Amino acid sequence: MRDDLFDLLWEGLRETLFMLVWSSFFAVALGLALGIVLVVTDKGHILQAAAINKAFSLLIGGVRSIPFIILIVLLLPVARMIVGTSLGPTAAIVALSIGATPFLGRIVESSLKEVSGGKIEAAIAVGASPLAIIFRVLIPEALPALVRGVTIAIISITELTAVAGAIGAGGLGSLAIRFGYQRFREDIMFATVLVIILLVQTIQWTGDFIAKTIHNRRFKLE
Amino acid sequence: MILVEQLSKTYQTTKGSILALDRIDLKVRKGEIFGVIGFSGAGKSTLIRCLNRLEEPDSGRIRIGEDEITQLKGKRLRQARQKIGMIFQHFNLLDGKTVYHNVAFPLAVAGHPRDRIRSRVREILDLVNLSDKEGAYPAQLSGGQKQRVGIARALANDPDVLLSDEATSALDPQTTFSILELLRDINRQLNLTIVLITHELEVLQHICDRMAVIESGRIVETGPVEKLFLNPESETARRFVGVLDQYRARRGIIEGMGAGI
Repeated sequence: MRDDLFDLLWEGLRETLFMLVWSSFFAVALGLALGIVLVVTDKGHILQAAAINKAFSLLIGGVRSIPFIILIVLLLPVARMIVGTSLGPTAAIVALSIGATPFLGRIVESSLKEVSGGKIEAAIAVGASPLAIIFRVLIPEALPALVRGVTIAIISITELTAVAGAIGAGGLGSLAIRFGYQRFREDIMFATVLVIILLVQTIQWTGDFIAKTIHNRRFKLE
Repeated sequence: MILVEQLSKTYQTTKGSILALDRIDLKVRKGEIFGVIGFSGAGKSTLIRCLNRLEEPDSGRIRIGEDEITQLKGKRLRQARQKIGMIFQHFNLLDGKTVYHNVAFPLAVAGHPRDRIRSRVREILDLVNLSDKEGAYPAQLSGGQKQRVGIARALANDPDVLLSDEATSALDPQTTFSILELLRDINRQLNLTIVLITHELEVLQHICDRMAVIESGRIVETGPVEKLFLNPESETARRFVGVLDQYRARRGIIEGMGAGI
């Protein structure tokens, strides 16, 4: 009984972590690109382009307004095309990545917008190219805010993995629903919830720790 | 060195258009410290920001050295900007970089190799007297030290011209004085042309060779700095000098009273 519980939890955790790590990786990469485009094409910014800005804004709004559980279903054919299957954790990564990207895009956008215009002007004044401004000014200056935002996003991806779990992706969410809910195994339900709480807290602590370390190094008076 | 001809700039706002610069003509000689003075909203900031095209003028011409600034685009403009240093009222340092990396930034952007960057940064930090702060972050510096870093950054690429946009306006009088002294030293040592804008008469008095007075987007008076004090012609210049005279007169009275008692 105890062994069985432990095995189930371990399997669930591994599947959840697998989905979480890969979809966070893709969503952060895509979200960073999206956020950068949104910021630099904004009015008065270094690569102002109203049409592109508007198009990406609409795209983000569109994807974000689709409830995630429906988005997964909509993306099943895409998952089959990319990873060859529409079942299990690997297929879920496709939907999770695409579903979380717009959210991350907005988070990156708001973090990068906090970088003062004066710093950007100083960079322009020394002859920095747009690419140099993005990678040597915007991102490093916004780093503490970016880390905090990405932490929030990864936690919400954790939530989404549970949603995906409900319709066949596996992981801890699926465990809680299949055993805890459908088979009335309250012990599994509680154990699963406990593991998820620990997982989310670990992510939060790690994110806070990194953000605080960067912030202190820059702003703490010696 | 710097030639400005018929420079105009209009801002569009919701309440209509504002003429910020109205057919400005200006000549700055090589190696001089040229001051532009005016009250808030007179257009002095717009003028200096047009010189390196942080602000796009609507019409007119700007030439700095051999570069037709108003004709340049893209990479050529960026290369020209490397030879035009600029310092700012609020310093605009990068909080995420140490003093060393703030000063190295223009050099890294220009694509210099690492060891060349290192020797140049050390040299410049020595010039502005901040060698001991190499590893500090801007938040750990005083206002005067921050502006020294700003100056070091502006000088990193060995520019021909330095633009100073109210560089001492956020500093206390004593720090202002030390920054002005530093600018004058640099001007002499490097034969660097400096254009500064200010609303402080003391700044002109301390370091400028020649000046222009700007009023509602127009240059209303130009010439040697002494002329402004001895024979102010424009309304703005008279008001500036008038305020100063008033204080001098009052101080005279107070000191006189003291002597009498």
